[in-house]
Amino acid sequence: MARVVSQTKSAAVNPLKSSQPLGAAFAFLGVDGAIPLLHGSQGCTSFALALLVRHFNEAIPLQTTAMNEAAIIVGGADRLEEAILSLKARTRPRLIGICTTASVEARDEDVAGDVENIKRKRAIELVGTEVVLANTPDFDGAIEEGWSKAVTAVIEAIARSDKQYRNPRKIAILPGWNLTVADIEHLRETAVSFGLDPVILPDVSGALDGSIPEEWMPTTYGGTKLEEICDLGAAMQCIAIGEHMRRPAEALQRLTGVPYVLFRSLTGLENVDRFIRVLAAVSRKQTPLNVRRNRMQLQDAMLDGHFHMAGKKIAIASEPDQLFQFSDFFTAMGAEIAAAVTTTGTSKALEMVPAKTVKVGDLSDLESLAATADLIVTHSHGREAARRLGVPLMRVGFPMFDRFGSQHKLTILYRGTRDVIFDFANIIQTNHPPNPWPT
Amino acid sequence: MSSLNAKNKDAFHELASEKSGSKGPKARLRNCARPMAPGTAVGGCAFDGAKVALQPITDVAHLIHGPLACEGNSWDNRGAASSGPTLWRTSFTTDLTEIDIVMGHSERKLFKAIREIKDGYAPAAIFVYSTCVTAMIGDDIDVVCKRATDEFALPVVPVNAPGFVGSKNLGNKLAGEALLKHVIGTVEPDEPGLCDINILGEFNLSGEFWQVKPLLDKLGIRVRACIPGDARYLQVASAHRSRAAMTVCSTAFVALARKMQERWDIPFFEGSFYGISGTSEALRRIADLLVKKGADPSLLHRTEILVAEEEEKVWKRLEAYRPRLEGKRVLLNTGGVKSWSVVHALMEIGMEIVGTSVKKSTLEDRERVKQTLKEENLLFESMSPRELFSLLLDRKADIMLSGGRTQYIALKAKLPWLDINQERHHAYAGYEGMVQLARQIDLAIHNPMWPQVREPAPWEPALVV
Ligand code: SF4
Repeated sequence: MARVVSQTKSAAVNPLKSSQPLGAAFAFLGVDGAIPLLHGSQGCTSFALALLVRHFNEAIPLQTTAMNEAAIIVGGADRLEEAILSLKARTRPRLIGICTTASVEARDEDVAGDVENIKRKRAIELVGTEVVLANTPDFDGAIEEGWSKAVTAVIEAIARSDKQYRNPRKIAILPGWNLTVADIEHLRETAVSFGLDPVILPDVSGALDGSIPEEWMPTTYGGTKLEEICDLGAAMQCIAIGEHMRRPAEALQRLTGVPYVLFRSLTGLENVDRFIRVLAAVSRKQTPLNVRRNRMQLQDAMLDGHFHMAGKKIAIASEPDQLFQFSDFFTAMGAEIAAAVTTTGTSKALEMVPAKTVKVGDLSDLESLAATADLIVTHSHGREAARRLGVPLMRVGFPMFDRFGSQHKLTILYRGTRDVIFDFANIIQTNHPPNPWPT
Repeated sequence: MSSLNAKNKDAFHELASEKSGSKGPKARLRNCARPMAPGTAVGGCAFDGAKVALQPITDVAHLIHGPLACEGNSWDNRGAASSGPTLWRTSFTTDLTEIDIVMGHSERKLFKAIREIKDGYAPAAIFVYSTCVTAMIGDDIDVVCKRATDEFALPVVPVNAPGFVGSKNLGNKLAGEALLKHVIGTVEPDEPGLCDINILGEFNLSGEFWQVKPLLDKLGIRVRACIPGDARYLQVASAHRSRAAMTVCSTAFVALARKMQERWDIPFFEGSFYGISGTSEALRRIADLLVKKGADPSLLHRTEILVAEEEEKVWKRLEAYRPRLEGKRVLLNTGGVKSWSVVHALMEIGMEIVGTSVKKSTLEDRERVKQTLKEENLLFESMSPRELFSLLLDRKADIMLSGGRTQYIALKAKLPWLDINQERHHAYAGYEGMVQLARQIDLAIHNPMWPQVREPAPWEPALVV
């Protein structure tokens, strides 16, 4: 069990974190026809947008209430209203997802009250568009919390709470932010192969997977449909992935009574076995052939790969759930977590990280802990630290702007675990050639 | 958060009555850019502009005072090149938490952060940037910086440009003001020369200023300070002893140039190193200003010789591209700051401009573009992505040149696109840069991939010919 060590420095050096509103906006991007709206000054949105674009290599719809000096003084309600109405008129989104930023939260504005007012006052103009609020000040949390709050807000605002008929084939899946587009698609295919009908919320695999629509889209496309969110209560079972998805899963349960089961990670043979057992139980079906084959391939990869991984020292920095996901996997392959750094200290997932300590900190903390590591695992900002130390870097998480196809990498279930083993072993092999003769 | 609220109220009173600089906030806004309408588009904030304008000073530690987002979401995103120090690439922020804010710890945390950076990184100076939240809660970074300067015997420079005061352009200006107030003129250079110049607003993206510098070297012209690209703190601090100046990026540092002219009698002109005639013109004007200020008149003659030689060489090299690019249609969406120089450069190699954004251009820039293009309706202000998308198709553009933010508008329309903003990977300045630009446009337009991606899917009905 890891001990969580908090930050003592006054200056964060080379931040590991991206902000909470960015995380919330990211989640809203997984709803069909949505536009995330950052409530604050314009720069916050511009930065978040640029970072999301660099990560996904896609056009991203993201808007701002553009709080200026005057609005900062008198409050942002008018700007918020103006933004909502203007977005509604120009782009007719199905959902406007408001994420607050530090500048409105530090003023202690009653944004929830403002949103309610606007919805009431403008009910007619807003027909056909849901407006959902996530309170996400920048001085708190990071991507993970932002994502979790936005999903919770969507469920609370849209899922119907009245008793509905439960559909025995339907399941709700609430994936964490750390799943890639490929992961989401693979989850869906796996569930479908059990004869299930999964609703995945949020589902970033439509707009952010590189498909090209025929005309210009001002909102997201693909993603979870509002009708599906409305009917979430018809699911037999909810599956939440990552500790940070407990909050939305609980909200769904509270509202609709759909029970949830939480998986901290879907990477690693044992975790996946558990997941497959749940799918088999819910669907009352035999495990399909392709899934069985995938498991055998994973076993084979484990047998082949473990030579390269045993005893290797890993220095890893990421958001809590992803930190757990990968460090759990690495240690399950015989490696050792020499250093673990994370963004925020409150997640329960941190206690489970197989390391002595988890430091809440930044990339300079990682750098000072990673000098003797065999591998650094973090996002693209870690590349300079890795270069300075001469330690190879395996890129995971957000942002990843210096590698192509990050969203098409599989990291979960049998196949994803197999791919991660290959990745990991190949990087190690490149840097520590196992053969005494030249290869 | 009631204590926070109380502290805020004070801050807002200060803010409301504060007049930063010589003009009130309204006047400043009017001067720089139209304020943004909520929910219509996204542009950078003043803090962004200030950091962009100063961060390439390479041996300085840039410390962002505020909650995480301002720096956490924005660091490590620009490709200015440094010939030496790498400190500017290290990101520093006070990463304020709710507790820091509520307890009123933020100024103390800032001071401690400055000490940590001084001890751990030995910077030539520390620049401290305020952001929305720290300005709102009334943190006085001027006072903190002053105290730190005294205590650590190290220049600690406050940059007061919180995001909400306005646009990126305004931030550029405020950055210039910070330099003027706290940096330039604070150090006397060892050996001022008659051929020393400043280049203002040159960022050395992808190292492109290094394509120009050899030309100046050949003429015996010394760049005392290139601000901000690849600059060192001491160079900037002694920039007041240069004999002439050129501003490159037309909005970023014009005000700074003007004030340096007033204060230290450094004449300047606005020029560009984009395009062949642009580059030649710039060299001539630099020489001219220097001679007027007392440099040896033979400089003029030597400049003419150099220009003639270089132009001949570059035109020869461009001949290869001319037949491939002549008549190709370009849509420019550069955010405006360099539209006129790029417009001119492209026309020089025979391309046709079917539209250019003048969103962030100054009035003079706009005039220049208008004169070059001779057609009013080719100029456009900021445009929604959908409008831009249709414009590309309607005007049958062969390529769009823009910044990364709008690249997908072209790519999703299955049209070639080339990055000419800060994230670009190629250097387009000087004579050499023009060849590079032509080569990259050629590669983009004639990539054999285009007909393939435009091919209809096998399940679509075949076109009847
Ligand atoms: S608008 Fe304000 S809070 Fe947002 S990034 Fe700019 S300085 Fe930071």
